[in-house]
Amino acid sequence: MPEWRLEGLSKRFGHNQAVADLSLTVADGELLVLLGPTGAGKTTTLRLVAGLERPDDGRVRAAGRDLTREPPASRDVAFVFQQYSLYPHLSVYDNLAFPLRAPARRMSEADVAARVREIARLLHIEDKLKSRATQLSGGQMQRVAIGRALVRRPSIYLMDEPLSSLDAKLRAELRIELKRIQRELGATILYVTHDQTEAMTMATRIGVLDRGRLVQLGTPREIYENPVNRQVAARLGSPSVNLVPRSLFPRLPAPAETVTIGVRTEHVRIRKSTDGSSVGVVARIEHLGDQNHLHVAVGDTMVVTLGDPESGLAPGDHVEVEMVAPLFFDARGDRLPVQAERSGVE
Amino acid sequence: MAEISVHNLHKAFADLVAVRDSTFTVPAGDFFCLLGPSGCGKTTTLRMIAGLELPTSGRILLGGEDVTFVRASQRDIAFVFQLFALYPHLDVRANIGYPLRSQGVRRREVRRRVEETARILRITHLLDRRVSGLASGDRQRVALGRAIVREPLAFLLDEPLGALDAEMRELMCGELRALHDRIAATTVYVTHDQLEAMSMADTIALMNDGAVEQIGSPQDIYDRPASMFVADFVGSPPMNLIRFHGRIAPGDRSVRLGPAVLAVPEAREGIEETDLVLGVRPEHVRLAGDAPLRAQVLETEYLGTTQIVTLTTAHDAVLKARIASDVTVRPGETTGLDFRPEKLSLFHRASGRALRSALHEREGRARA
Repeated sequence: MPEWRLEGLSKRFGHNQAVADLSLTVADGELLVLLGPTGAGKTTTLRLVAGLERPDDGRVRAAGRDLTREPPASRDVAFVFQQYSLYPHLSVYDNLAFPLRAPARRMSEADVAARVREIARLLHIEDKLKSRATQLSGGQMQRVAIGRALVRRPSIYLMDEPLSSLDAKLRAELRIELKRIQRELGATILYVTHDQTEAMTMATRIGVLDRGRLVQLGTPREIYENPVNRQVAARLGSPSVNLVPRSLFPRLPAPAETVTIGVRTEHVRIRKSTDGSSVGVVARIEHLGDQNHLHVAVGDTMVVTLGDPESGLAPGDHVEVEMVAPLFFDARGDRLPVQAERSGVE
Repeated sequence: MAEISVHNLHKAFADLVAVRDSTFTVPAGDFFCLLGPSGCGKTTTLRMIAGLELPTSGRILLGGEDVTFVRASQRDIAFVFQLFALYPHLDVRANIGYPLRSQGVRRREVRRRVEETARILRITHLLDRRVSGLASGDRQRVALGRAIVREPLAFLLDEPLGALDAEMRELMCGELRALHDRIAATTVYVTHDQLEAMSMADTIALMNDGAVEQIGSPQDIYDRPASMFVADFVGSPPMNLIRFHGRIAPGDRSVRLGPAVLAVPEAREGIEETDLVLGVRPEHVRLAGDAPLRAQVLETEYLGTTQIVTLTTAHDAVLKARIASDVTVRPGETTGLDFRPEKLSLFHRASGRALRSALHEREGRARA
């Protein structure tokens, strides 16, 4: 599969700049996730790649070939939508076979059968092939919908929130399956979601979008550990990063322009104040089973930290707060490099 | 604020038993979550407490008074269906004051209580704004204000955050709990989302198929699930349930799983040879290179704080481990597995109930 290049794509709807000067390359065999809130331009970007929208500016290329003016049918893409749309009167088998039986493809029924069975096996729906689409559960229907894209071997799969209509448990299962299938097929996927867990767990790389602009592009770990601004820092991670005013920790060494300090919950270390000096008071402990979230009041600000369920701390305890690997942001929310590490931080 | 207690509550709709013989007490000032999958009877239970449904049998006491057959409007309870139901043409002040004015409370008193409520919710600056122009979070605060302003004996909330996206839900969970900490109102909260229940509740009643399966603090339910259903419903990812065949004698401190002998909390009851299930939470699984229980890595999911590793054991059990995110694990590689012994649960597979042990001192509840 060739790489797909998006070069300076822009698209405006009336006064709304949906996508602004967006450039990125989806590498062969990569699962690239576009992450952002509603209105960030994710779906529009996907539709520009598919050819369902025409850009005001910029180009779409695959394997070096300029596809910007090509209609969707000649782009060799497969699209999976959020709402599964199956043919209710057809069996699962016929739903999966449908894209392969298009007259232009001239595929033999034996080849169709082989392909359908392979995909059904990958998706664990082999025993459902004879069922009507309407007899399936929501999760099975969405698998069939994904399967209908996978039976083809397009040069790129475009997926628009394919898991968002499923319940939490099923979503967690399909997340893993989709990633496994992507690896087994070596498929190139451009995947859109507003769910940071999906992005973190599935992506080869994540592109964070904000109001039509690509704000950061990198592996999940790079973006989690090295966010370029406070919006990106807040977007990834659950529980979300603590963002507190600089003045809350006056003794912490920080660049002069620092307005906000960001610190991940796992990077806040607390211990019971022994000598009477204290920085915060434990306000509340959330028992989430696998971890405790301790809410520590520091002045008027609440700092959340992960605690060992057996720490022995209780509400009302005075604690000292230490921050490991804090992030510094200026008045605009942009990340400030730490002096000593300037070369290492982007 | 008042205690709510429910005795042998039963509700049947024709052939369908929605709630069967449920008994529980919500202490005054408690944040109590009715948790369970759809169709488990949690909403029907809430509607009976509110007086919107009448029970087939059983009793409901509110502050010690039997209200089983008292009309909904005569029970001093605020029911919040959807936090979004506001009067769009009125300003925030009029929306919050509405329930008081309709009760004929004097204007000066309405004004005082609306302002007090706005102060608690920290929306004083919005009082003279139109509701229609507000951000969704602020609209929810206003809707809450309308419930609080009446100062009822209890609040009942039915999946109030169901329609929100994940980010907003996390924020509102925090606010609801903080609000509860300030006014300490008896609250019964219905949800199917275990994370909401775990993060907000003082007490969780987990319902399944019309019956209360377990009642306890979030930590208690998480650490000591009374049944396989609870073990599987609570936690994300849920507890690993590993099937094996064996027998347990009182005092046993280990079980045999294939080639591995695993330490477990001391058994407090015995069971003849049968199908058993070992329950282990993902964070209590450790990857230990040379341990006798072998497994192959299927997949890893990076979550920032931690990572989830999916593994298959030699006898085809699929397990998930939650480990630190700085450990490098690759799909395909083989590793040994180690479990934290003092955190393990054992279940009788046919009934689903937890066997009593040093960890599970109390009797597990058998499934009908």
